[in-house]
Amino acid sequence: MASHSESIIREPLITGKNITYGQITDDILRPVENMPGKAWWIGFTVASLGAMLWVFSISYTFWFGIGSWGLNKTVGWAWDITGFVWWVGIGHAGTLISAVLLLFRQNWRNSINRSAEAMTIFAVICAATYIGAHMGRPWMAVYSLPLPNQYGSLWVNFNSPLIWDVFAISTYFSVSLVFWYTGLLPDMASIRDRATGIRRRIYSVASFGWTGSVKTWQRFETVSLILAGLSTPLVLSVHTIVSMDFATSLEPGWHTTIFPPYFVAGAIFSGFAMVQTLLLVTRKVLGLENYITMFHIESMNKIILVTGSVVGVAYITEFFIAYYSGGEYEQYTFLNRFIGPYWWAACMMYGCNVLMTQMMWSKKVRTNIPISWVLSIIVNIGMWFERFVIIVVSLHRDYLPSSWAMFYPTWIDVGVFIGSIGIFFTMFLLFIRVMPAVAIAEVKLLLKSASEQAKKKQIEEGHFDESHVEFYKENLIKFDSVDHSEYEKA
Amino acid sequence: MSSTKYILGVFDDPDEMMHGIDKLQKNSVPIYDVYTPMPIHGIDAKLGVKDSRLGYAAFMFGCMGGTTIFTLVYYFLVHDWPMDIGGKNAFAIPDFIPVTFEWTVLFASYGMAFTFFFATHLFPGRAPRVMDLRATNDKFVIAIDAKGNIPHEDITNILKEAGASEVKHNDRKYVSYE
Repeated sequence: MASHSESIIREPLITGKNITYGQITDDILRPVENMPGKAWWIGFTVASLGAMLWVFSISYTFWFGIGSWGLNKTVGWAWDITGFVWWVGIGHAGTLISAVLLLFRQNWRNSINRSAEAMTIFAVICAATYIGAHMGRPWMAVYSLPLPNQYGSLWVNFNSPLIWDVFAISTYFSVSLVFWYTGLLPDMASIRDRATGIRRRIYSVASFGWTGSVKTWQRFETVSLILAGLSTPLVLSVHTIVSMDFATSLEPGWHTTIFPPYFVAGAIFSGFAMVQTLLLVTRKVLGLENYITMFHIESMNKIILVTGSVVGVAYITEFFIAYYSGGEYEQYTFLNRFIGPYWWAACMMYGCNVLMTQMMWSKKVRTNIPISWVLSIIVNIGMWFERFVIIVVSLHRDYLPSSWAMFYPTWIDVGVFIGSIGIFFTMFLLFIRVMPAVAIAEVKLLLKSASEQAKKKQIEEGHFDESHVEFYKENLIKFDSVDHSEYEKA
Repeated sequence: MSSTKYILGVFDDPDEMMHGIDKLQKNSVPIYDVYTPMPIHGIDAKLGVKDSRLGYAAFMFGCMGGTTIFTLVYYFLVHDWPMDIGGKNAFAIPDFIPVTFEWTVLFASYGMAFTFFFATHLFPGRAPRVMDLRATNDKFVIAIDAKGNIPHEDITNILKEAGASEVKHNDRKYVSYE
């Protein structure tokens, strides 16, 4: 491992000079071992206010029932399922970063997987709250499980995609949790062995007695790899099944065979956008610019560009199939998206998801932090509108014009949605206070192979030819965390 | 008689630690264990640690999960409560695939993870039995069982020659409780 070094044409994954293993631990654990800064407190206060709004809105919903939402007989699903699908989609990038990129041996995942996995857990919790609330009588949620009950042989219907959904989401959450927590053990041990007093006791319990012996590491890596192998098809199955909630119906706009791949691509798209939104702030606030570098930001932007384009192709395919099917209801549904009363929602969806992301073809845009951050939020807004368009705009006008209706959200609808964002950010902010936002052990693996200082040392020792070195230096120009004057001398 | 139980070679650099292992093995000094803050690839082959068999455990648990849910669904929908919906077959195998897949993954993941915790003696609240607290931070530690080994001074010299930044003669097995 340690003597292995990467090709010079690859950009460094850790920047800065004179970085040591000890410094990596110090840098990453600084927010965990010290009092939080002003930025954290401001963020936490705002997020907590959001979380309180959620508590109020959900309590109101449970007290007065689903009637407090803007649903009606025609639009039976609206902001609730829009929020659910949006949050589940956001969760997917975490698993993709930790699992798929691990299988493909993409070392750049090492700096971002921990936060992304945490994001998955919190996003799926937010999604689950929507399902719980949407049931109207959440204490009846237990009946979605195949448990013996007092009604005789009354079992859940395994032919229904809604039950597949219960199994898919609960499995996804459970497996993500075990993947995340197993990965945290070595880092918790690092905190434990530097802590004193009550903190040491807490982290001692949480780190399961981790020692870092050879056999433990070997088994740990085996577990990580197999969990990645299991999570990869799992993540694809989850959003495929979520899409089947719609696709197996006969509703125009929903009954679409393209939904499974289209939903999966959309999930990756929105998930990576949320990772970008979180990490661009996290790296700045926690001072992790050396570990979450411009290479990471650009790589994520490239994935957003690719998945955004896949989603764009899916939109075009939907339109073509609606036209080509010859089904008048199907054709009307798609026409209604543009000329119906919700035309603005469709414009937001296509504009944010397809047009705006195409800006990322430009390297200048991909490597510009403020623009990347704004674009990542635009993608999240666009993807929310995508789900809104699929659900509400398809439902509000179906076969019978006599049943056509509009959906108007109540302030409780808005409160639950804004509140769920508050819950999400509250959990994320607490997470970065008590657990390392970057996987310490995994980043240490890169120090001798893919760090700026390792590459620089090899350049100085003359291991690379001049053209490759020049190419490397040119690529460094975009890094905001590289001291460029160092290279002018070299 | 010396009270030393373990001799620890503390290294700052993983390459030097690998070099230390080579030197110790060349001098026929048996190594008790090695503790590192990150996985070191290739070290298990060097120390003769057998490949992990957790993959087999994952496979077996996966098979168990798939079989369990398929059997349950068969019992629920075909045996206990068959429903005639449009004359469709109650034993609708394609509909059973999603849940069967999910439980296969669930059992494989949890079964393997718990096997890992069990085999490695990891569980919540277990007292951490580390020999040097810095081994989870920035030090790479080779532990040698001092009992019945060649003169301790020789081991110290071998470790120092290999580049150990520090050699410790511990009279306790673990230091976590200090």
